[in-house]
Amino acid sequence: MKILTTPRMDRCIGCHSCSLACARLLHNRLSWEAAGIRIISSGGLSTGFEAKPCLACNPAPCAAACPTGAFSQRKGGGVVVKKELCIRCGECARACPVDAIYLDPSGEPFVCIHCGRCVPFCPHDCLEMAEAPATYSVGDHAGAPG
Amino acid sequence: MIRDHFRILTVDLSTGRGSVVSLEGRNKEAGGSGLAAVLFNKYGYPGKPWDDPDQPLIFAIGPLTGYFPLMSKTVCAFKSPYHDQYAESHGGGRSALSLRFADLDGLVITGKAERPCCVSVGSRHLEIRDVHYMWGMNVQMSGKLLRRMFGGSGHRSILRIGPAGETGSAMACINVDTYRHFGRLGGGGVMGSKNLKGIVIQGDGSFGLPEGRVYARLFKEVHRQLTDTDMMSKYHNLGTPVNVAVLNGLKALPCRNLQKTSDPRIEGITGERFADETLLRNMACSGCPVGCIHMGFVRERFMEENQYLYRQVSYDHEPIFATGSMLMVTNPFDVLGIIDGAEKMGLDVMSAGVALAWATEALDKGIISEKETLVPLNFGEAEAYKQAIHHLGSGKNEFYRVLGQGTIKAAERYGGRDFACVLGQEMAGYATGEVFFTAQSLGFRHSHLDTGGYSYDQKHTDKNVEEAVDFLVRDEQSRVFLTSMVSCLFARGVYGEELLADCLRSVGYDALADNMDEVSLHIQRRRWQTRFATGFDPRAVNIPKRFTEVTTWKGPVDKGFLSALMHEYAGRIAALAGKEA
Repeated sequence: MKILTTPRMDRCIGCHSCSLACARLLHNRLSWEAAGIRIISSGGLSTGFEAKPCLACNPAPCAAACPTGAFSQRKGGGVVVKKELCIRCGECARACPVDAIYLDPSGEPFVCIHCGRCVPFCPHDCLEMAEAPATYSVGDHAGAPG
Repeated sequence: MIRDHFRILTVDLSTGRGSVVSLEGRNKEAGGSGLAAVLFNKYGYPGKPWDDPDQPLIFAIGPLTGYFPLMSKTVCAFKSPYHDQYAESHGGGRSALSLRFADLDGLVITGKAERPCCVSVGSRHLEIRDVHYMWGMNVQMSGKLLRRMFGGSGHRSILRIGPAGETGSAMACINVDTYRHFGRLGGGGVMGSKNLKGIVIQGDGSFGLPEGRVYARLFKEVHRQLTDTDMMSKYHNLGTPVNVAVLNGLKALPCRNLQKTSDPRIEGITGERFADETLLRNMACSGCPVGCIHMGFVRERFMEENQYLYRQVSYDHEPIFATGSMLMVTNPFDVLGIIDGAEKMGLDVMSAGVALAWATEALDKGIISEKETLVPLNFGEAEAYKQAIHHLGSGKNEFYRVLGQGTIKAAERYGGRDFACVLGQEMAGYATGEVFFTAQSLGFRHSHLDTGGYSYDQKHTDKNVEEAVDFLVRDEQSRVFLTSMVSCLFARGVYGEELLADCLRSVGYDALADNMDEVSLHIQRRRWQTRFATGFDPRAVNIPKRFTEVTTWKGPVDKGFLSALMHEYAGRIAALAGKEA
């Protein structure tokens, strides 16, 4: 299963095309925030931009925290979302360790489902759909001593 | 569409209260430039001076903002400290989408706060906060503090002024998100006169989109044209500084206070040199995949040992011309250093650079002395200009305070009007010839972007007054529609009439799409009527002698042709406003 990765965010120009595309194409919304990927500046525009997408945790703490089964574990990492089961309790967003789930004012959660529809709208190729590693273990990070 | 009328938030700084106002007129006034004029007519006072607390400071966006790429500008309108007439200035950054997602078509600020304050607005809040401790702070520090004081990183716009705005300079800009500006005609001075240091706009709302596939497909096609074709390559490659070498080669680049139109030393500050030596990265306004904002850097050693600091500085053709070729500063890092100084003081870089070019020649001719300039201004000597920018921004002495009101004001006081490079306001970076000089002098914003006069000069060597003025009037009308959509004018090659109509229809503005010609003419007229109501007289606009001494690749400027153009265009503008020609 592929997941959305953000390997080249140091190229990001802050156009928000990715998050606007997610809101538009996945949620039929015009929004900066009701989207699975959100772009923030880190310490002002001078320091560049960060993306806040779902990191495809496996197991996903948001799925574990969801009391109604609206969020369930996605094979390969991340979650499958069934909005009709959501009671808008916000437990998913509270459980996310990296603030990747946005709750709108009504409490509706928005999270990346790794569909990749934002990727072609990035003009600088910052985003990529990539195979998720099967498992993580200490030392897997690039550059870490073997 | 989100709604078929305008939703405006008014904020009165005198009472600390706001009000949400619904205004009809979407199908007639469109938005942006059209909406701003409507709002000035509703809230402004043509007969009162620009700094009367009752005068409004207006921000307006358009019907396609957020819906389509590059509909990413905000129109800021106010009575200008520069000439005490109605004015517009356009800025980008995150301002337009922030207003859209704050659920506002327009924001109108009136009144004067008792103490320096900051306004914070969003889709669900309005707050006016005392920031007296920020008065006197430069733009950079103000931005850092406001970022810390208010939430919403990434989805907000932070507008603020520097010392120039606080002192009422007519060259004071409103800084938008560090690297963009409402630059021209003194909007920063208007904020200062209201004791308003900053405005934070939080884009925290969201809206439904049209059902069906038409909108999403059209968006994809517009996005493709903007990113996959070469129509925008000028802007994301070298950016507008590509013009520096082109205009220098054409003998159309203002150099040395327009004593010349070309110089071999300009090779040091071309777009290519900036890209090779100074370019760190590109940035974009929100909702624009083009990324035309070019970021260079200044690096300064501040201790004998190898201790350096650096700052990022955005550059474009206009700032390079104003602080580079006009001052004959031909090292790119020196140019960026002067721009950086203007940024910190909250000065419009173009106005400041051209003003200092005049001051340099005035000093050289003995009209003023170092008693006035405080530093020995000499063409090419960057360090003196860095100090002079600080003096101009802070209003250090009487001379710099007068110069900050406009180069013509200083020339009226001290002499040297003949060589003041002022075309309505300090000139833009195109010495292309008679049509451009006329176009900027009489254009609504006194901007090179009011019409394509600079381009007309380059394409036509004939001297047909009727045809040239016909072009200017028609071109203004088409640009007025774009600025009412708040389209970035860099996108004018993509957003032709047919595509604009398709975009409007796809989100439900069928009536606007069906009447674009009628609407644009109406807005063009209303803008001029509003300008005339505040005292504009096109017959009173003069072109200083320096512009008739210029030689371009077409040869010496033709005074008779220039005079005929001015006469004819002034008459046509008056007719648009319903005034006697």
